[in-house]
Amino acid sequence: MKISLSPTLQAAANGEESISIVAATIGQLLSKLEAQYPNMSQHLEAGIAVAIDGQIYRDDWGKEIPTDAEIYLLPRIQGG
Amino acid sequence: MSSVLVSTTINGDPIEFACPPEETLLDSLRDRVGLTGVKEGCGTGDCGSCSVTLDGRLMCSCLVLSAEVEGRQVGTVEGMVENGQLHPLQESFIDNAALQCGICTPGFLIAANALLERNPSPTEKEIRYALAGNLCRCTGYDKIVRAVQVASKEMRKKSKKTKKK
Amino acid sequence: MGNDTSYTDQKFEQVGRRVRRPDGVDKVTGRAKYGADAYAPGQLVGLILRSPHAHARIKKIDISKAEKLPGVKAVVTCEDLPDLTGGNRGMMDILENCMARGRALYDGHAVAAVAAVDKTIAKQALKLIKVTYEKLPHVTDVDEAMEADAPVVQDFVFTSGVEPKPTKPSNVSGISQFGHGDVDAGFAEADVIVEKSYKTEQTHQGYIEPHACLANMSSDGSGELWVTTQGHFVFRNVCSTLLGIDIAKLKVTASEIGGGFGGKTHVWMEPVALVLSRKANRPVKLVMTRDEVFKASGPTCSTSIDVKIGAKKDGTITAASASLRYQNGAFPANWGMIGAMTAYACYDLKNVKTVGYDVLVNRPKVAAYRAPSAPMAAFGVESTMDLMAGKLGMDPVEFRIKNAAKEGTRASYGPVYGPIGIGPTLEAVKKHPHMRAKLKKNQGRGMACGFWFNFGGQTCTDLNIGIDGTVSLTVGTIDVGGSRASLSLIAAEELGIDYEQVKASVADTASLGHNDMTEGSRGTFSSGMATIFAARNAVEVMKGRAAKMWDIPVEDVVWENGGAKATGKAHSNLPPLTLKEIAAKSPQTGGPIAGHNETVADNAGVSFASHICDVEVDPETGSTRVIRYTVIQDAGKAIHPDYVEGQFQGGAAQGIGWALNEEYIYGKDGTLQNPGFLDYRIPVCSDLPFIDTEILEIPNPNHPYGVRGVGETSIVPPLAAIGNAVSNAVGVRLNHIPMSPPRILKALDEQAGG
Ligand code: FES
Ligand code: FES
Repeated sequence: MKISLSPTLQAAANGEESISIVAATIGQLLSKLEAQYPNMSQHLEAGIAVAIDGQIYRDDWGKEIPTDAEIYLLPRIQGG
Repeated sequence: MSSVLVSTTINGDPIEFACPPEETLLDSLRDRVGLTGVKEGCGTGDCGSCSVTLDGRLMCSCLVLSAEVEGRQVGTVEGMVENGQLHPLQESFIDNAALQCGICTPGFLIAANALLERNPSPTEKEIRYALAGNLCRCTGYDKIVRAVQVASKEMRKKSKKTKKK
Repeated sequence: MGNDTSYTDQKFEQVGRRVRRPDGVDKVTGRAKYGADAYAPGQLVGLILRSPHAHARIKKIDISKAEKLPGVKAVVTCEDLPDLTGGNRGMMDILENCMARGRALYDGHAVAAVAAVDKTIAKQALKLIKVTYEKLPHVTDVDEAMEADAPVVQDFVFTSGVEPKPTKPSNVSGISQFGHGDVDAGFAEADVIVEKSYKTEQTHQGYIEPHACLANMSSDGSGELWVTTQGHFVFRNVCSTLLGIDIAKLKVTASEIGGGFGGKTHVWMEPVALVLSRKANRPVKLVMTRDEVFKASGPTCSTSIDVKIGAKKDGTITAASASLRYQNGAFPANWGMIGAMTAYACYDLKNVKTVGYDVLVNRPKVAAYRAPSAPMAAFGVESTMDLMAGKLGMDPVEFRIKNAAKEGTRASYGPVYGPIGIGPTLEAVKKHPHMRAKLKKNQGRGMACGFWFNFGGQTCTDLNIGIDGTVSLTVGTIDVGGSRASLSLIAAEELGIDYEQVKASVADTASLGHNDMTEGSRGTFSSGMATIFAARNAVEVMKGRAAKMWDIPVEDVVWENGGAKATGKAHSNLPPLTLKEIAAKSPQTGGPIAGHNETVADNAGVSFASHICDVEVDPETGSTRVIRYTVIQDAGKAIHPDYVEGQFQGGAAQGIGWALNEEYIYGKDGTLQNPGFLDYRIPVCSDLPFIDTEILEIPNPNHPYGVRGVGETSIVPPLAAIGNAVSNAVGVRLNHIPMSPPRILKALDEQAGG
């Protein structure tokens, strides 16, 4: 699966705009991400949100990822 | 430092309490008399959430010393309910969603009531200026002004009816 | 989870009604209890001593005299708050912000606290604490803090997001970049390029209720905390971690909240109250003064922003970029990053690049403020959009429509949009009668767009059905603006009963599972989702009970119009059972009836707004009046239209204050000059007109009713909308917020002179 990265996260993935990870859920995706790119750990600690077809998920590891979905990773943020 | 003894009338009831001479009416009402409907938003006379009436006149209770209310009449939001009936302003505030968080509401009710007693049919502008001493951060004042307009109409209707009787 | 969250185009019976809120009577009679309204037997008065310096080493704190004063029961300093964070710097920041550790980082930073039997003695005790300071150089301006020779605010902060990793500490805690395409190529394609720099000053959320809590620690290590907060479960977790209390042993009860807007999502002083109570072995009430609220509870960022937009003659934007520098106070945060994400979210751009800088200064820790970071970025971008429209000779609304994002657009912050409402709000602007109202001399009209993400989060909800058929709905998200009414409407809708039969309340932390903050506009969204599923669970239970009462298989029971109905010919003789009838028989059919749901309700759906504003500027005094204001926003589905309108109007009013008046003013010595409502002037009733609202309903596909978060977006467009209106009124571009009379006069003078 193609995973697009926010420019802010690209440095931790050797500057790649997108990477390839096969994952069935958000949880799997994030753990494989850290395994493949140890530098991601600082971003994961600060929080990474996963956009699946434009919908942003912040916390839901169990969320299933459809195989043909557009996946975009971006920093996690908070509101007021 | 010795306390002063204050005998006063609050919402029609005779009340006595002792407090340090420098204590504000706001603190006494809240901490000694148990009337926590009177709120503190600033303590410096800038927000109106501590509004009360003193002998019928609108006041910031944070700017009044308790010792000054000896023998006088104090009115707070707790006294607006009469015979178990909400005051028309209170009804109107709920019906017109004039409160969000509600912390400013007691002050607005007291200030609006003071206005309507003085001027039963205020214009929008008069309402806005009469309430300019009360801060609300939630509503943008829109629904508060409307609620006062609706209540003033209701109250005029009612007083006409009672007069006819 | 197994719950279907997708949107169904259902007809509503309850949702959308303008009902009376359940807490209304308590709030108009003074009975509602807010943060400062709780009292405990034997309670002490807590007070905090704060630094008068912007930046200073604390060489010594002598509390011996204060401790000896009769009536003083506890004096604490950072010594009483040992580091139990296990290396978690974020937690340490919260602790250090609650009480300085060796260094005062801003004017108002707490350095010690006392608890005494009354206010008079507590005040005397504060005076008896002797603190020896050594003043250090300070910096309070965001651009100055970025200069190479600026005093370093925190020496553990190294800029993240740059390669190679820096070796020296910096006031820039992070640099983050967003966008796609090739902006250089895009600008090369442009016929017209507009570049402009902007500044916005720091403002406070300005909730009327100051922070307040009542802490009560017992000698057995358990404790209770009554507090005004947007998230009592989060407060419980933070306080437990910082003080080494087991989470289950600290019960936090949320008071009614007198406004928060993000400012009550952060822990500012509650650990201090708990530690005072622990030391004194008595309950301690700690209430901030307004002065403390301004100085020591987080305001929003001040910013400095450069915007560059390039477009073709036909109005197509070919490239857009921005550099956004946000001041976060004395502790690292990522508000600049968020500004960089939201800046261009309204537009469909082929080439876009934004860079956010997060900067430390000697000011209080910045907190979330309603759609945090978005209003300032929108001010820069939307002002520049108007400048560009002017250069192209296009109508500003048409120019925006031409470039508006739509379903399928790649957002400037990354993902691709689903169905969104920016286009429809702009079309609604075009049609709105406000756009045709006549303007007089010295008046001007402006409009601007805004975006906010909206969030979900962890949520847990209980729904219990009483034996008389009334429903208690127990939620864990704080009701900041009428959500109990909205949630009751939702429960009534699902169960098919009347709103009046439902009573919603907010549970304490001992009575319900964890709930995240009421932030990111999520109160009605997330708890609404959990309420729907809890109610659906209860319906399943009731269908089972009805089946038992009838002695038929549960498969033959459906739920309709607030009752169970037996289906199929075999049961045609069975009259429906109402919820009330089923509830009455519940003791015999299996005990209490309840529904429950816990969920991570993500996906609150992005929301967009367009605002229109008319102002009148007095050229003699430079003072500005807003004479007409219209908010148009997408709400997904308005559960309770009154409170949706209320959110729109409240956000707009806050934005108006920010645009025209409100600002933190720091002196050369780095101290705050205006920590009070007299000099920090928020809009009053006579400053504002009626605020017109138009609710659009473009359903959120990820909510059964289509709901989106609505609370925050309304503060995003006002700065720019008013900026554009003022600029149109006086014929000169204002690029510094707030547009206070002196700034407007200065701009007019410069124009006349130049
Ligand atoms: S508390 Fe008295 S005016 Fe604000
Ligand atoms: S309703 Fe919150 S301050 Fe007025």
